[in-house]
Amino acid sequence: MPLKTATSPHVKAPVTVTTLMIQVLAALIPGVVAYVWFFGWGVVINIAIAATAAVVFEAGMLRLRRQPIGQYLADGSALVTAVLLALAIPPTAPWWVTVTGVFFAIVVAKHLYGGLGYNPFNPAMVGYVVLLISVPREMTAWLPVQSLSEHPLNFTEHAALIFTGTLPAGITLDALTEATPLDALRTHLGLGSTVSDIRATFGLDEETSRLLSVVPIFGMLGGKGWEWVNAGFLLGGLFLIWRRVISWHIPAGMLGSLIAISLVFYLYDPAHYASPMFHLFSGAVMLGAFFIATDPVTAAASPRGRLIYGAGIGILIYVIRAWGGYPDSIAFAVLLMNMSVPLIDDYFKPRVFGHDRD
Amino acid sequence: MSLTDAARRLFRGGVHPEQHKAESTHTPIGSADMPERLLLPLHQHIGEPAEALFAPGDRVLKGQTIARANGYVSAPLHAPTSGTVLGIGEHPVPHPSGLVAPCMVIEPDGEDRWIDHAGHDDYASIDPVALRNIIREAGIVGLGGAGFPTYIKLNPGHHKPIETLILNGAECEPYITCDDMLMRERAAGIVSGLAIVRHALQAKEALIGIEENKPEAIAAMRAAVAGLEGVRVVPVPTIYPAGDSKLLSRILTGKEIPSNKLSAHVGITCVNVGTTYAVHRAIAHGEPLLSRIVTVTGGAVAQPRNLETLLGTPMDALLRQCGTRMAAIDRLIMGGPMMGIALHRADLPVIKTTNCVLAAAAAELLPQRPAMPCIRCGACSDACPMNLLPQQLYWHARNKDLDKVQKFDLFDCIECGACSYVCPSNIPLVQYFRYAKGDIWIQEREKEKAQLARRRHDARQARIEREKAEREAKRQQKKAALDAASARERAQAEAQSARQRAEERRDVAMQQVQKQRTVPAEGTEPAATEKNEKNRAAD
Repeated sequence: MPLKTATSPHVKAPVTVTTLMIQVLAALIPGVVAYVWFFGWGVVINIAIAATAAVVFEAGMLRLRRQPIGQYLADGSALVTAVLLALAIPPTAPWWVTVTGVFFAIVVAKHLYGGLGYNPFNPAMVGYVVLLISVPREMTAWLPVQSLSEHPLNFTEHAALIFTGTLPAGITLDALTEATPLDALRTHLGLGSTVSDIRATFGLDEETSRLLSVVPIFGMLGGKGWEWVNAGFLLGGLFLIWRRVISWHIPAGMLGSLIAISLVFYLYDPAHYASPMFHLFSGAVMLGAFFIATDPVTAAASPRGRLIYGAGIGILIYVIRAWGGYPDSIAFAVLLMNMSVPLIDDYFKPRVFGHDRD
Repeated sequence: MSLTDAARRLFRGGVHPEQHKAESTHTPIGSADMPERLLLPLHQHIGEPAEALFAPGDRVLKGQTIARANGYVSAPLHAPTSGTVLGIGEHPVPHPSGLVAPCMVIEPDGEDRWIDHAGHDDYASIDPVALRNIIREAGIVGLGGAGFPTYIKLNPGHHKPIETLILNGAECEPYITCDDMLMRERAAGIVSGLAIVRHALQAKEALIGIEENKPEAIAAMRAAVAGLEGVRVVPVPTIYPAGDSKLLSRILTGKEIPSNKLSAHVGITCVNVGTTYAVHRAIAHGEPLLSRIVTVTGGAVAQPRNLETLLGTPMDALLRQCGTRMAAIDRLIMGGPMMGIALHRADLPVIKTTNCVLAAAAAELLPQRPAMPCIRCGACSDACPMNLLPQQLYWHARNKDLDKVQKFDLFDCIECGACSYVCPSNIPLVQYFRYAKGDIWIQEREKEKAQLARRRHDARQARIEREKAEREAKRQQKKAALDAASARERAQAEAQSARQRAEERRDVAMQQVQKQRTVPAEGTEPAATEKNEKNRAAD
């Protein structure tokens, strides 16, 4: 009786796309916990909406493309995209904003390009950018840290806001929302203040801030609350590097170049340029460095190429933050570098055993 | 910093599969039972197949040459035991293709009678060329798995002199323990072979590379080389594939063998410990290569162990001797789980390069999952010990872009399987690379054939032209000759006709004269006579 034959190797390491994605989701938990602690339950509701929408859209597209639904849904990549998108949009965003964003991420940016492994652009960032440009008002309605807010929302109020758009009695959206630290910095720098003034005004203790009717949004390192969120994502990112789910090249390149360029300008003119620490711990820098830029499908392939890719993202983040039209710029920086990945891949080959470096 | 630390830094990539070595190292090397038939493929080595020297019905003695080497890159074959040649024909052989090949079938007569043979006590007195000849005639090929005729390897030729002889005792593949046990039990023989090989190469130093997971073997070899000049046992990190000869050379000496070149190019020769032991048996005892140690292991084997096995023994005989549940075999692999060949039947013979018979149960093999799309995670390039980009090779091989594939150095791939091992999408990467290599070879052959055809066509065209020109020249010549001839003929004809005309005129004139003579004067004018005379004068 003939035996089954197959090609070597006949054994395999116990790693699958699913195990990778599960580890990424696990690594997001510290950052999400910090987010909920400081800004309320809105983000969790958004994550739930995004996850559901992602599964539905993914299943729908797989059926349309006549691919095995079970195998591809189980890989978890749509789930990760959805969670990253939900973390990128404000916790007050209405449900239809989230669903539209997920639609553009999963259906347009991923499946219309060929599905898992074939998309050139980071799906979550495509979804985010489409939303940012289409519904700028909803996309800039950020909340301040709960302890400083006049009207911190509880879970039900968050749900009501997201699903029905109704606010608790007597509160308007303007009263509820607050500019992010990056936004405040940009605006006031543009108005002529210096960094230290802004920090002084907006970094006061709670007593004084109530007296002045100003929300102190600057914390020790970055924005209040945001620095803890970033710290949580940093922790998660280091976990992923330790587990060898991602390699250290992209985060190192991105954070390294961001520190470098912000340090140059900070040393040149500290009054008008924020410190590297501030940049590292505000906005979505850590989320971007460890979770978004490291999306393997859309990033460069070789180790040196990855360093260049990460460095490019870091520089673009700073350039757009300092001189561009948006307060935070991770999405644009990532998408711009996605465009250059084929070129990077072609030029940065490692030296092969037995060859000279060419 | 110890050599191991430095080596770890030099060795990039690699993977750590589960070792499964302990299963087969509990018992010492045993002896495989004599089978009923020995099936000996004539092609158990790299190069030309051997040519059979006997016919069905002939009786052979143990150690007798039954097939001679055919050409330079070839090796002879010997009868593993005394018996009768039953036949020579096409039989299934252990090869991934499952195809048949010429084999000699010998039925043992149970007497195990040796042919006359004698060893040499003092190898150092033998000239290296003669030494290599003895090794050649003993049919020794690389027992580490490649099967390259050893005597060629021991002839460095025009390259630099060999500085370092490396003995490869790394055995990095999981499950395989034949070299480990050989080093534990027969270290003295290996070291004797080492001295012989070193003498043949005139190498300055010898390094024995053994993975750190074999402490007993390291100790045994260290004891055996104690006191010898220029010989060192060097433990190397336990990582797959540290046993690849190029990578082992870099770990032990720091030198990188350039792509497309032999190790002799940098003054290194690497020989497996099993091959070295066979050299010892051949020179010191006069015994050709008749048997080898085979690790019989796997989830389906009840008593995994190492057995000294005669070449040509059917593998199912070995499996049964070790208490294998044949029904539990999900895949029968010759070799290790990373690079071994899955066999299509169990009664294939043990050949010179069979280091392990792995009867794997389903639980220890890779799960049968369909391949997912490549997510470009880069785990494959992290694992590649040759520092290639398997991901790029995969994409270009899929696109059948053979030029791009070569640009990414496809032929530096040693097919170790580390990339496929770590791929989260379960893509059979090595198979794509084998396919691309095959396609490129076919393309090269087609190109050569096309070039040859074009040269022949051009030559033919030239020949036709030449013949045409020759014919034309001949024709011209003939024509010229004909013209000349006809001109001559015409001239002759004209002269002829002129003479004829002249003769006719004379005849007419003569007749008139005759007429005048016969008719007398009736008023003949004297002018007529004058006319006649004038006519006559005109003749």
